[in-house]
Amino acid sequence: MRSFSLRTLPSFRPEPVESAPVTDVAGHGFDASQPALPAWSLPKDAVDRISLPSEWPEHVTREWALGGSTGKGARVCILDSGVEAGHPLVGGLESAVVISIGESDEVAAEEDTEGDVSGHGTACAGIVRALAPDCSISSVRVLGSNFTGSGAVLLGGLRYAVEQGYDVINMSLSTTKKPFASVLHELADSAYFKNTVLVASAHNMPVESYPWRFSSVISVGSHEEDDSLAFFYNPSPPVEFFGRGVNVEVPWLGGRSLKVSGNSFATPHLSAICALILAKHPELTPFQLKSVLYLTATNVGGGK
Amino acid sequence: MTERPDLRAAVAAGVVGSEESFRALLAAIVEVARSIFGAKASSILLLDEETEELVFEAVVGEGEDTLLGTRFPAGKGISGWVLATRTPLVIEDVQQDPRFAKDVAEDTGYVPKGLMAAPLLHEERALGVLSVLDRPEQSLFSLQEMELLGLFANQASIAVDLLLKARTANSVLEQGEGDLEIVARLAAVVDGLEDSKRAAGLRLLRELTDTLRA
Repeated sequence: MRSFSLRTLPSFRPEPVESAPVTDVAGHGFDASQPALPAWSLPKDAVDRISLPSEWPEHVTREWALGGSTGKGARVCILDSGVEAGHPLVGGLESAVVISIGESDEVAAEEDTEGDVSGHGTACAGIVRALAPDCSISSVRVLGSNFTGSGAVLLGGLRYAVEQGYDVINMSLSTTKKPFASVLHELADSAYFKNTVLVASAHNMPVESYPWRFSSVISVGSHEEDDSLAFFYNPSPPVEFFGRGVNVEVPWLGGRSLKVSGNSFATPHLSAICALILAKHPELTPFQLKSVLYLTATNVGGGK
Repeated sequence: MTERPDLRAAVAAGVVGSEESFRALLAAIVEVARSIFGAKASSILLLDEETEELVFEAVVGEGEDTLLGTRFPAGKGISGWVLATRTPLVIEDVQQDPRFAKDVAEDTGYVPKGLMAAPLLHEERALGVLSVLDRPEQSLFSLQEMELLGLFANQASIAVDLLLKARTANSVLEQGEGDLEIVARLAAVVDGLEDSKRAAGLRLLRELTDTLRA
């Protein structure tokens, strides 16, 4: 197995696409006010009812995708070690909960008064805040209560986050425990169909871990460039995108900053970019968003 | 019949090698890691699952005289995060804030300016954390170093797995009230014989087995 990072750009580099005139597109999604459709088939008389707008720009550019967006309206969840609320580089939080598992295995989400137990979640939140200053950030803490329960807490936290209907869930973590893989897979797929984008760190080491290996998530490895908005599409998955992940200055505990490296920090760069795009185009499904990411990736011509 | 696995463990304990030799291997790994990265210190922490603590199993450089065997809670701090999320990371303190120092000091006993940490993973388990503290200040971190750290962590996790197996085998032996020790000693002696004597020894054991079976 290989580890996943981008030291040199892949030879795959299509010709940059010329900027196209920006067309404002509204309503790529299905209109919920229409009568419900049968879920599993499409009768002839229902074809008109799923007719979707087709005013996509001739070329989907970075400018079309996120130009002028501040992330306003997009809701991002940081599933991590908690977030230090009120850090000058993070600002206010929409909500902060801590996940715990009760005696009869029930999952509880309570208001988190402890904040961040390691600094890591605060760093991820700060990266998102720096790129998408007006998005909403919530913290779901799945670390720090105890160690052995962490797998069940992680699953409980992800389930809770998916239920909250966030636009983006940042998961700068993974598990190597195979018994959790199938449940994680179901949760990832359920997020995908509920229009919640799961952005997950690929492992920096050559090991099997989840959920980043699933195709319903956006998986992220690191590149070494110092441009926070540079991101690359990887033509050799399972890692699909590379974000900035080396020598990134981030907020840490106690209101200060550190310089950090790792796929953990590449992931919130992609989460923020997703938030910028979704704030401007809230109708995009995860499938469409991934296509927009591909078309606007730095090595696919969208970096212009 | 219930004794059979214990006897096997005893045989294993006789030939698997001593805990000391695996500790020496761990010490060699952190020594090389420190040297390759030009760092001030390097350590291997193992998870004690019963107490949910991390224990220093190998230390080189700063703290090597005092840290070995010391423990701290596995749920918090940088090492706790690396262990729980099974994800490596690199941190450089650009501001030298004393509050950061307090965080990391509980892991290390001294105040580093930066650290690289990777989980020790074996199959589905996270066994511990490999840390490298204070690389040279002027060198910017690169992905190449992250890859190197991962390779060291992989090597260390294999050594740790062997250490843990040796420990398990030895603990079975210790609980065997002396009976099993004879089997272990016999296995160790036969294992250490020269080729010619070894063949004779095995022949003798076969005879003994047949006699006992009769």
